[in-house]
Amino acid sequence: MVNPIPAAQVSSVKDIAQVEVKPEVKVEIQNLSFFYGRNQVLRNVSLDVPAYQVTAMIGPSGCGKTTLLRCLNRMHDLYPGNRYEGSVRLYPGGTDILGPGMDPIRVRMRFGMVFQKPNPFPKSIYENVAYGLRLQGMNKRRDLDERVEKALRESALWDEVKSRLHQLAHNLSGGQQQRLCIARAIATDPDVVLFDEPTSALDPIATSKIEELIVEMKKRVTVIIVTHNLQQAGRISDRTAFMYLGELIEFGETNRLFTNPAKPQTEDYISGRFG
Amino acid sequence: MPASQNLRKQEARASRRRSIDRWFGRIGFLVTLGTLGVLAILLLNLAASGLTRIDWQFLLSFPSRRPAEAGILSAWVGTILLMMVTASVAVPLGVAAGIYLEEYAPKNKWTDFVEINISNLAGVPSILYGLMALGLFVYQFRFGQSILAGGLALACLVLPIVIVATREALRTIPASIREAAFALGATRWQAVWHHLLPYSTGGIATGVILAMSRAIGESAPLITIGALTFIAFLPPAPILAHAPFISFDWLFSPFTALPIQMFNWVSRPGEEFQSNAAAAGLFLMLITLSMNGAAILLRRHAQRNIKW
Ligand SMILES: Nc1ncnc2c1ncn2[C@@H]1O[C@H](COP(=O)(O)OP(=O)(O)OP(=O)(O)O)[C@@H](O)[C@H]1O
Ligand SMILES: [Mg+2]
Repeated sequence: MVNPIPAAQVSSVKDIAQVEVKPEVKVEIQNLSFFYGRNQVLRNVSLDVPAYQVTAMIGPSGCGKTTLLRCLNRMHDLYPGNRYEGSVRLYPGGTDILGPGMDPIRVRMRFGMVFQKPNPFPKSIYENVAYGLRLQGMNKRRDLDERVEKALRESALWDEVKSRLHQLAHNLSGGQQQRLCIARAIATDPDVVLFDEPTSALDPIATSKIEELIVEMKKRVTVIIVTHNLQQAGRISDRTAFMYLGELIEFGETNRLFTNPAKPQTEDYISGRFG
Repeated sequence: MPASQNLRKQEARASRRRSIDRWFGRIGFLVTLGTLGVLAILLLNLAASGLTRIDWQFLLSFPSRRPAEAGILSAWVGTILLMMVTASVAVPLGVAAGIYLEEYAPKNKWTDFVEINISNLAGVPSILYGLMALGLFVYQFRFGQSILAGGLALACLVLPIVIVATREALRTIPASIREAAFALGATRWQAVWHHLLPYSTGGIATGVILAMSRAIGESAPLITIGALTFIAFLPPAPILAHAPFISFDWLFSPFTALPIQMFNWVSRPGEEFQSNAAAAGLFLMLITLSMNGAAILLRRHAQRNIKW
């Protein structure tokens, strides 16, 4: 299979004749296994997440999608007894974020995360977006104002909230709250944004707004999204990873994977025979 | 069995259950009414014999052998100073321990053991705290029969209450809020300081006030460490008119407190001392009730802007 060159990258490729160039890799997952105590949930997952693309992860409930996503920003370190094996390299640079001596705090500052249910802090809209910036040491009012506005514009929320930035975030609707959480996650310019079923608690209109945002967002960041909704994966992702029982079964270009899956399990899943 | 008969049986069973329900409701209501009634009678009784005694003279006089001239000045000043010691020890220690146990402590046999024993400590008879304080603070640390020793004894007594209240307040904060902070790169300390503590101040403060209203009425531990029952002077003032403007001599002063003053009067013969005791009791009760009221208001106010 020939890898298509992502639109965002064409301009940067000098030698157009070199068509088989692989898309730039952002996150290289190699032989990743994960254990909740003695319970192994991920088995030797290897996967190259391309930069400035949307990568979807699909698979039946309990197959380990959330677990994989939370390995990438070391969220599992918050709870005792969890163990990683293998490596996850972040490019450019290629540092192993699971490696010894890697500080999970630093990892989390480079990976934004948006959760399944909107979880704004019980603070103002402004403070929600500013929090990540404050953690990174920004405290000048003018800088903060600028970055908060930018993040809110990029999450298509600015026009709806610009007149009430200092009101509580909980007065927003569910869809607005989720866009606020996106603004909070992208305000610090992370390298990668991780979404765990970000629209499963939202109605169709709020969902389509968020889908638009994600597609728009890939100009600036690499996106990895877990979803249960195969249509959603088809609509917004460039590449799709299909997982089953903690293993990566198939990974490829989304159109190809949905129309011409290489593995029988993938075919069974996308045709609705299980999961 | 014909269907209609079956139905009738079910109907009979359902109506029996409904009547049990009704009766339980009625009995519960009566029991509640009775309990409230007892409390009301107690208050009225105190008020009837004590209310007329409460005036400025009563609040601003030292105890005296002549009941009509006696007052509770040294008692309420002692109580306030004790509470200052108690709060400034029990609150930081209790909140810190609650945060540690809830947010930092690993889950293992040792922390399980600590946890169980904190609940047990809340049930230890207060006089035992008095005995411990007598041995430890009065004799071992040589604090004497002082406000410091009394305040520390009461602090030990209410420490478990503060710890438990802190943990419960922290536990109402959903994990998703913690994860939101961690995902942005917050350390545990930052998550506690920027989020968990601010979101749980209402609950913690309520717990602290309830703990203080428990401490304010305690007499057994204070008597055990040797609080005086008759004191006709005030401890040295904490604020001075000259440099260094602040003094801690009062910490080592002998003291009395409201419940002890009351105990002293109750144990004396004579109608008039009894009404002095009732007046002191009423005063103590008013303080306790207004502390509880403050706790309720505070909780409402602090939680107003906090939703998940
Ligand atoms: N904290 C935990 N401790 C132990 N086992 C866990 C824990 N969280 C998840 N698991 C187990 O790990 C497996 C993978 O869970 P995970 O949440 O990653 O699945 P998922 O693919 O995200 O499922 P879903 O689509 O339902 O969200 C499941 O079998 C689950 O029971
Ligand atoms: Mg999941």
